[in-house]
Amino acid sequence: MAYARGEPRPFTAVQKKPNFWQRFWSRSNERVGYLFILPSFIHLIVFLVIPLGFSLYLSFTDWRGPNFQNAPFIGAENYQFLLGDRRFWNAMKNSIYFTLLSVPLGMVISLLVALVMNQNLKGVYIFRTLFFMPVISSWVAVSVVWITLLDPQVGILNYVLEGLGLPPANWLGDPLTAMPAVVMISIWKGLGFNMVIWLAGLQAIPQELHEAAAIDGASRWQAFRRITIPLLSPTTFFLAITGVIGALQVFSSVYVITKGGPRGSTDVVVFRIYQRAFEEFEFGLASSQAWVLFAVIFSLTVVQVWYRRRQGEETMF
Amino acid sequence: MVRAKHWYDTPIRLLGYAILILVTLTMVIPFIWMLTTSLRPSGSEFAYPPQIIIPPNEWDFSNYTRLFTLVPFGQYFANTLFITSLTVAGQLLVCSTAAYGFARLNFVGRDKIFLLYLATMMIPFQVTLIPLFLMVFGLGWVNTYHGLIIPGISSVFGIFLLRQSFLGVPRDYQDAARIDGAGEWTIFTRVFLPLNGPALATLGVFAFMGTWTDLLWPLLIAREQHLRTLELGLAYFNASTSAFTRTNWPLVMAAAVVVMLPVLIIYMFAQRYFVEGISLSGVKG
Repeated sequence: MAYARGEPRPFTAVQKKPNFWQRFWSRSNERVGYLFILPSFIHLIVFLVIPLGFSLYLSFTDWRGPNFQNAPFIGAENYQFLLGDRRFWNAMKNSIYFTLLSVPLGMVISLLVALVMNQNLKGVYIFRTLFFMPVISSWVAVSVVWITLLDPQVGILNYVLEGLGLPPANWLGDPLTAMPAVVMISIWKGLGFNMVIWLAGLQAIPQELHEAAAIDGASRWQAFRRITIPLLSPTTFFLAITGVIGALQVFSSVYVITKGGPRGSTDVVVFRIYQRAFEEFEFGLASSQAWVLFAVIFSLTVVQVWYRRRQGEETMF
Repeated sequence: MVRAKHWYDTPIRLLGYAILILVTLTMVIPFIWMLTTSLRPSGSEFAYPPQIIIPPNEWDFSNYTRLFTLVPFGQYFANTLFITSLTVAGQLLVCSTAAYGFARLNFVGRDKIFLLYLATMMIPFQVTLIPLFLMVFGLGWVNTYHGLIIPGISSVFGIFLLRQSFLGVPRDYQDAARIDGAGEWTIFTRVFLPLNGPALATLGVFAFMGTWTDLLWPLLIAREQHLRTLELGLAYFNASTSAFTRTNWPLVMAAAVVVMLPVLIIYMFAQRYFVEGISLSGVKG
């Protein structure tokens, strides 16, 4: 209970907060709860917390595997090396390029589709089913299909472009267009996912607001500008942040479609980590790259939590 | 809904349908392309202009029979099914017990421990991947089924999802069962699990999809052919056919269809749980 300054307070017996052990042995402590969470707790410690600490340690060593004996501790040397590592910076640049291209475009396109789907058109469920198919598809299967669709000689995309009078491109073979092509496939695959979240956000907007606006003579565009967009902002923010975090971690698409090529134009940070670790066996250096990525993602998450707290929303943290 | 008619209402409605049709085509054509290419004669060239649909009398299923003689897809399928079902079962068990503890049992330090769980959701998988692999390697679990299964039998996302659902069960149910003399395990199995079917199904579907289509972990752990999953088998098959000769696309597409089919079938039946699960993850963040 809070009291205003200077307000007289009732006399109460001073109760000390019981300490941990007193609470632990108290009647209200349902100790069986520890047994319920025990399996997941062991799993969390063994497969997440210990590897996390181990990874931080590795990032300060020059371990090249396989024997742990020759893992000399080299301080921050890996991080210093990264500062001048052109391939790492290239990967960083490509990850940012991928993020800046895929997140806004993917969000706008999926919002457009969600807006149409929200109009009570007939057969919406069929569309939803179809749009979601790429989301659940495996990346390997998707890549096989798209590599042929983007083929410079016989691919459908170039055929369509030619039909529209646009110049064809060697999509996955040209360093200039390879990344946009990977972005396009990623947007294609993620559209259904984003759309479902947009739809959930759209359906949470009270219908009465739109009805009131219509009675007041607002046009559809005005209603969209003044009601839909502001009320969607939590969804927008969620999709933007999770989208950026996901895009910075992009791996599967690059691994199965381009393997980082041509000429390093689609070499992204996680692919770099993968190659450093599992093809060049520089586990120490790879770990330091992973921690740089972690730092970036961590700060973005902090921003997200800060924003949602400011909005007065309930957050997980 | 009352709304004044505007001159642009009809064009907007038509534009809406046009967008839907265009998007539907882009979504569906790759799948049709995959299917029809797999029905072309093995090793045949692509036609130009591209033929998306081929007449039924030209369908050639020999790629599929050839595929099963070239690649042990039966074995891959059995591996994937085995690994996936154990992972899903493990996640359902581990996550639901933990969720019951966090949602409904009142033990000291509960909320602090839960916060620790949630905080680990921020850790990108790539950070723990290297040490995790080295640990599994050190344990001698490379090329074993348990090396493929055990790291995946719990998920913080799953615990979070189920806890949200368990919190919605009225406390009275739990109290009533306690008065009747039921222990916590009985309450959990007889009251909470039956009441939270949809949330459990959502988690089951998520775990199924994640495991069935996972590439990276099997790529690192399943070095021997008899342990490969469908996804990994497809990746290797694709690499092996395109390494030295021109890729035999009809055959590769047939393999892709074989890999995709089980997932698509499950999706068709469990669609609702997918969409609910994703909406939940979006709204609750």
